[in-house]
Amino acid sequence: MLRLTPFTYVRPTSVQDAVVACERNKGSTALMGGGTDLLPNIKHRLAEPKFLVGLRSVPEMRGIAGQDDGWLRIGAAETLSCLQGSDIVRTRYPALADCASLISTPQVQRQGTIGGNICLDVRCNYYNQSAHWRKAVGYCMKKDSEICRVAPGSDRCWAVSSADTVPVLIAHQAEICIAGAEGERWEPIGGFYRDDGLVPITLRPGEILTAVRLPPPSLRVVYSKLRIRMSFDFPLVGVATGVAFNSDGTVKLARIVVTAVGSHPIEVTEAEDILVGNRLEADAILAAGERVFRAVHPMDNTEGSIPHRKRMARVYVERSLRAFAAGAI
Amino acid sequence: MAIAPEEPAAAAARPDEEKFFVIGNRRLKYEWLAKATGATKYAADLKLPRMCQGKLLRSPYAHARILRVDTSRAEALEGVFAVVTGAELPEKYGIMPSSQDETAFAVDRVRYMGEAVAAIAAADELTAEEACNLIDVLYEPIQTITSIKEALDPSRPRIHDDQSETANIHKEVHLEFGDVDEGFAEAAYVREDEFFFEGNTHAPMENHAVIGHFDPHGKLTVWSSTQTPHYLHRELAKAMSMPTARIRVVAPPSGGAFGGKSEMFSHEVAAAALSRKCGRPVMIELTREEVFYCHRGRHPVAMKLKTGVTSEGAITAMHFQSWLDGGAFGSYGVATTYYTGALNTMPYKVPRYRFDGIRVFTNKPPCGPKRGHGTVQPRFAIECQMDKIADALGLDPVDMRIRNAVDPMSGTVNGLRITSCAVRDTLRAAASRSGVQERRGKLPFGQGIGIASSVYMSGAGLPIYWNPMPHSGAMVKIDRGGGVAVYCGTTDIGQDSDSMLAYIVSEVLGVDPLDIRVLSGDTDLTPVDLGSYSSRVTFMAGNAARQASDRLRAQLAEVASEELEIPKERLVFGNRSVYDREDTDHSLQFIDVAQKAETRFGTLAASGSYTPPKLGGKYKGSGVGPSPAYSFTTAVAEVSVDLETFELHVDKVTVAHDCGRAINPMIVEGQIEGSAYMGYGEAVMEEQVFRKGLHKKPSLLEYKIPTILECPELESIIVEGPDAEGPFGAKEAGEGPLSPVIPAIANAVYDAIGVRFDSTPITSEKIMKALDKSARDKAQGSLGETAS
Repeated sequence: MLRLTPFTYVRPTSVQDAVVACERNKGSTALMGGGTDLLPNIKHRLAEPKFLVGLRSVPEMRGIAGQDDGWLRIGAAETLSCLQGSDIVRTRYPALADCASLISTPQVQRQGTIGGNICLDVRCNYYNQSAHWRKAVGYCMKKDSEICRVAPGSDRCWAVSSADTVPVLIAHQAEICIAGAEGERWEPIGGFYRDDGLVPITLRPGEILTAVRLPPPSLRVVYSKLRIRMSFDFPLVGVATGVAFNSDGTVKLARIVVTAVGSHPIEVTEAEDILVGNRLEADAILAAGERVFRAVHPMDNTEGSIPHRKRMARVYVERSLRAFAAGAI
Repeated sequence: MAIAPEEPAAAAARPDEEKFFVIGNRRLKYEWLAKATGATKYAADLKLPRMCQGKLLRSPYAHARILRVDTSRAEALEGVFAVVTGAELPEKYGIMPSSQDETAFAVDRVRYMGEAVAAIAAADELTAEEACNLIDVLYEPIQTITSIKEALDPSRPRIHDDQSETANIHKEVHLEFGDVDEGFAEAAYVREDEFFFEGNTHAPMENHAVIGHFDPHGKLTVWSSTQTPHYLHRELAKAMSMPTARIRVVAPPSGGAFGGKSEMFSHEVAAAALSRKCGRPVMIELTREEVFYCHRGRHPVAMKLKTGVTSEGAITAMHFQSWLDGGAFGSYGVATTYYTGALNTMPYKVPRYRFDGIRVFTNKPPCGPKRGHGTVQPRFAIECQMDKIADALGLDPVDMRIRNAVDPMSGTVNGLRITSCAVRDTLRAAASRSGVQERRGKLPFGQGIGIASSVYMSGAGLPIYWNPMPHSGAMVKIDRGGGVAVYCGTTDIGQDSDSMLAYIVSEVLGVDPLDIRVLSGDTDLTPVDLGSYSSRVTFMAGNAARQASDRLRAQLAEVASEELEIPKERLVFGNRSVYDREDTDHSLQFIDVAQKAETRFGTLAASGSYTPPKLGGKYKGSGVGPSPAYSFTTAVAEVSVDLETFELHVDKVTVAHDCGRAINPMIVEGQIEGSAYMGYGEAVMEEQVFRKGLHKKPSLLEYKIPTILECPELESIIVEGPDAEGPFGAKEAGEGPLSPVIPAIANAVYDAIGVRFDSTPITSEKIMKALDKSARDKAQGSLGETAS
């Protein structure tokens, strides 16, 4: 069977200790929430950390609690199934509970964390393979080679952002808390991602994502996910569509965020701009769908096909907008 | 549910008119609790003292010459106990006598990515893995052949040296029965279609695992995840160049096989060879990726089918052509090639038949037998075309199938003997339960319903290697305490063959199935059974066990008849007693009868065996296809297509299966369900596909097999028409119900959206393209029909 490489597991009980543990072993440390992303990657020799810093015992990284200012704070080490079980999440941010329920399997949801999903490594079917398979293909830019196997002429890595919770968090304009040697800072989650498969998030070595917080909901969000099976599968395209209405029925706020079609989650502002100030009528919906269709450029490095994934991004947006228009969401 | 046939299935059916105590009862599996609680020990759970871990080095090239193998760095690594390479085990072997083309490890050439090159035994798996990386192999890549088209191109290099001069052809078959051209000339309508069935793999839950152990006397024991311990026994002797008598093969409980564990693999030889070198037991547990490279799964098959029919839809002639993409080695491929042609003369009467089959070598993992071996692909073609013909002639597809159906106690043009046959009953049952005749063509656009039927064997009439001996043997021994032990070489791969043996013996001897202990799959301790393949076990091992227990019963009856002072004909064996049919209180306890019989006759043990009758025609190739009995199945699929997302949902599948007699209806239903779900997966998502000779998705995350969430609602209908030669009338149920599900789904998709899919799997991508095309065609005023 596939085996993990040997590592030392440390289990800090405070963020400060966790930061110290990371600092001490810089370069060969991996942070671990539930391990559902990290451990398969170690088995595939995509990472061979000498130290694993387990974060599930850090009290500051637990808890799902409403704040005095109306925001909701979620500890990064909370599991995806806790998210679904939380009343406050279900009532105030139902799409967040929904998208968590669409991740992989119930077993993985019980183990995997929200922080882990936010930091999920980008995926590619030339990259998420065993050491033997990657050797056979000649390795790839993301690990052990200079060449991107999806686009051999390209000077960048095209691995795919595949986190289901992220589009919903961006649509809700969530913020994340980053802790490091210099202390903590909150930043908008949208800025956390880079359009680069090699370094897809801005988290620096030695830093830890400790929590995520969501402002009082300013709009309703719905998440749609394309996958071949109703369990296990990563998104082939995932779309969070959020809308708030003015009292006259025109759109006050719109957010459309698409995942799994590039190395970062893509907010399609061109589509949002078309909707804001207008009624959700057929023409506007089709126009928004068209903008989404044009904005996404999936590559042939996941299951499914490029034309179908591109088309589904549009279909999901249109379906969601029609449901908003009909008052079904 | 079970339905009674509307007509007698066979004149000689119903050999047992009496009431059964065990046969026909719904029972949980023999060892259900052990499986459910995790108590069952599979091969990978076994541990022996001093056991070490083995690992295979596999080729990163799909096709390359091996110029040098240097193991010195690996041997020098701390914790490495033994290294073996191809040069040390050059003996060629192969499951088919005519295809001795494999060696345990590649010797001078690798023929697919993932082929074993060397093996290491070490203190632990990580050390073995590290040592594998220290073996220096110098390869010189050769042009790869990865498709049927490339294989048929004479300018490409040959994958095997002794191959045909014309191309990479492994096997070519040409057979004709009757004047086919005359048949086409007679036909009112002749239809020709091309089909492609994509390759797919077994994906059993249990990855293959093996322990090889040489004892101090040089005797070898191999515990392995195998469904054919007898064949493994023979092949190991050859590969290891040692006498069969010194080898014992044990098949521990299996976590699924489906055909993928029915011949010897490199890791099995590796464990034995490494143990011979290092003197320790060697365990090798494959990764899931390695299981994909072992493969031996469903062949990708390109097909051409030409059928002539009268205006009433009666078939006048059929010409079937198949091109099988065999992968790098022969495996069972010769048989597979014949199987793509052999069973096409059922379940519909085909008076004239021509078959041309070609299997080619490509640089991919070898294909072999998967559930429904070689018959699933042509069945897809035939049943899809039947639907097209029915539509072209304006006939109801159910009526047309019923009219064409073969009769009990008849034969086919290619020399197959048909005995019991309830195919019409399966058609009627599935049709009436699903309402296909009333609903087809009348559902809203996007929803559809389709039907298909099929046939399968209850065991191959001939063994893999020619010999006149029995196909199955069983021994039964009665203990003084009233317990009964059954010894049989069968392998329970989840189909519940152990329970089947217990049911049959307990029925004959009148004891409770729980009083029976079944010992199976051990070449030292059990008589030969050829293995769990071709759906042969219930029929053949069941008959052997029945014969053995009948022989013991005769001894018991002798004693009981004297004690009870009644003729033997009046004795009933049941409820752990032997009693008078006419006075049920006049009885003896089973244990007392057993003790008296042992006193009289000595140890109570008997053996029984089963050899199929002489079957089949007199032409070359007539050995593939004959079976002592055939099962028949009809499936109806109900589907809906999301016209925006192009997702295909199979809402319900109704399967009616003629299994002769259900020894345990619950298990038969389980086999029907498992087969139907596997067929569903092959129809809509499974594909073993490659990119430049590399398996595209050797993991269960990316190789899609359905989860229970996608699986359709399933209604299983058992159609009973007891077979005169089957044990208590039973025929197979483990493979037959798979085949018709795939074309039934394709036919239902046509009913839903008016597009024919003549290639598998039917994915959203294909549906999108097809609907886009029909929208374009409609705009241009023409009507497109077939997507590919």
